[in-house]
Amino acid sequence: MAELELSGVNYIYNKGTPYETHALKDINLKIGGGITGIIGHTGSGKSTLVQMFNGLVKPTSGTVKLDGEDIWEKKDRVREARFKAGLVMQYPEYQLFASTVYEDIAFGPRNMGLSEEEVDKRVRAAAAFSKLPPEAMARSPFDLSGGQKRRVALAGVIAMNPAFLVLDEPAAGLDPGGRRSILGGIKEFGKNSGTSVIIVSHSMEDMASYCDRIIVMASGRVIMDGNCSEVFSRYNELIGVGLDVPQVTRIASALSHRGLDIGRDVYTVGYAAGKLCEMLDGDVK
Amino acid sequence: MKMDIAFGQYCEGNSLLHRLDPRVKIIITILYIVAIFMAKNVFAFALMLAFTVALVIMSRLSVRVILGGLKPIMFIALFTAVINIFFYKGDEPLVAFWVIKIYKEGLINAGLIVLRILMLLTATSMFLTYTTTPIALTDGLEQLLSPLSKIGVPVHDFAMMMTIALRFIPTLIEETEKIMNAQKARGADFSSGGLVKRAKAIVPIIIPLFVSAFRRAGDLATAMECRCYTGGKGRTRMNVLRAGARDFLFTFVIIALGAGVILINIYAPGYSV
Ligand SMILES: Nc1ncnc2c1ncn2[C@@H]1O[C@H](COP(=O)(O)OP(=O)(O)OP(=O)(O)O)[C@@H](O)[C@H]1O
Ligand SMILES: [Mg+2]
Repeated sequence: MAELELSGVNYIYNKGTPYETHALKDINLKIGGGITGIIGHTGSGKSTLVQMFNGLVKPTSGTVKLDGEDIWEKKDRVREARFKAGLVMQYPEYQLFASTVYEDIAFGPRNMGLSEEEVDKRVRAAAAFSKLPPEAMARSPFDLSGGQKRRVALAGVIAMNPAFLVLDEPAAGLDPGGRRSILGGIKEFGKNSGTSVIIVSHSMEDMASYCDRIIVMASGRVIMDGNCSEVFSRYNELIGVGLDVPQVTRIASALSHRGLDIGRDVYTVGYAAGKLCEMLDGDVK
Repeated sequence: MKMDIAFGQYCEGNSLLHRLDPRVKIIITILYIVAIFMAKNVFAFALMLAFTVALVIMSRLSVRVILGGLKPIMFIALFTAVINIFFYKGDEPLVAFWVIKIYKEGLINAGLIVLRILMLLTATSMFLTYTTTPIALTDGLEQLLSPLSKIGVPVHDFAMMMTIALRFIPTLIEETEKIMNAQKARGADFSSGGLVKRAKAIVPIIIPLFVSAFRRAGDLATAMECRCYTGGKGRTRMNVLRAGARDFLFTFVIIALGAGVILINIYAPGYSV
């Protein structure tokens, strides 16, 4: 199992100018396996953090290790890190450039220096994973809808077979159906391929339904790190840093105040519905 | 690749210089340039230097920012100095070695010319970039040039284009960085290989950049039309520029400076450039 380890990582934008921003403060993290969610208020440093994982930004201080090796120690390590920790940036649809969808997805694998045969295999597999219809492969990426473009960008990273799939707000700006289909697809991909997935999101609901572990960031620091119940039980602290718990958790807590206790560890609508049915007529549908 | 822009580097502040009317600043800058080229001898230079230092103090900017801004011109300044030192002919050489003869006049001349270049850059950037936002500057320029619209020059449209272009420079730089990062994340390599390989590596950046620039331009045009923009005719302004007492005072000081330089040139002896 691949492992990603950050120790004592600090990052300062525009160091030494009047516009200095201390974006990451003393981050210590170990990530490997499962689906990890990173959540935090706007500007809390999530995007900066995920760009540390594949060496896009170099920490001002501290080390980033992939499988025990410091990625900044040697020059070619960084490039290796790019392929090992595949990053899909925020709003990735704006990075498409090739004349066809196929060519765009093939960009990453070709940069890895793979044979054409292998590239072809990976492109088709990645397209299938991100649910792109085969007939879309020959079209221009600029003619697709926003959601489809995002799938192409996703496939472009999946095609590199990374050990970590890092996604910065993969579902931002999509309708609920699109969100479910993209996030569901990613979860399935992680499970089937054994890839560790890291998702950055604003949505507590998405975090609760898809992640095994949640990391909460506030003003450049990791303030919580644990599974859903560990994190969502600290309701007041979450509110304090401008976040929230899933809506259904709040409903459950309001219900328990009014005498209908379905427990405090309610994080997904499905689970709540099941519990309620059970309590109301003992009939689980 | 890190992209630094010294160009258009406005420094937030509320000094006297920041509050001057941009039209006045443009005029003052022109007068200052004239004065500095009129200065002929050390005393005139001393006067200009005193004024320039006073400007720096008045702007309340950090000296580090200003010295940093001079860095790009340093090479040209030194080059000019060296040429002057070696090729200026005076009465008797200080140092004579093989074909090289260095004269006292040459040294002084070189010093004054370097000083002129540095003061020129300091003062113009002080007036026009450090203490004036690009938007205020184009506004000032538009109004100064507005008489030209009487003879059919589309001054307003040019000013609007310039404002929009300036407004989008930081946006496009930010966007370029984002796209570069996205392609690097897919293993793109911009810093190795021969010329052809590097030129090819730019394609994945240029295309998305153009696509988004056109998209932005289209969006902006639509947004402007939705707000009934039809060009400069009948447009009123939220911030009307009004020259106040300090603006007139400053203009007066600059004119006095120019007059002082002329008087010194005529009446004071000294090494001349
Ligand atoms: N390129 C940059 N230059 C300077 N400062 C930056 C840059 N990118 C981010 N910052 C600053 O760093 C801090 C963290 O930004 P970051 O983009 O990591 O936040 P985020 O948690 O991803 O926010 P969002 O949810 O809005 O995407 C912010 O204060 C931001 O202003
Ligand atoms: Mg972000």
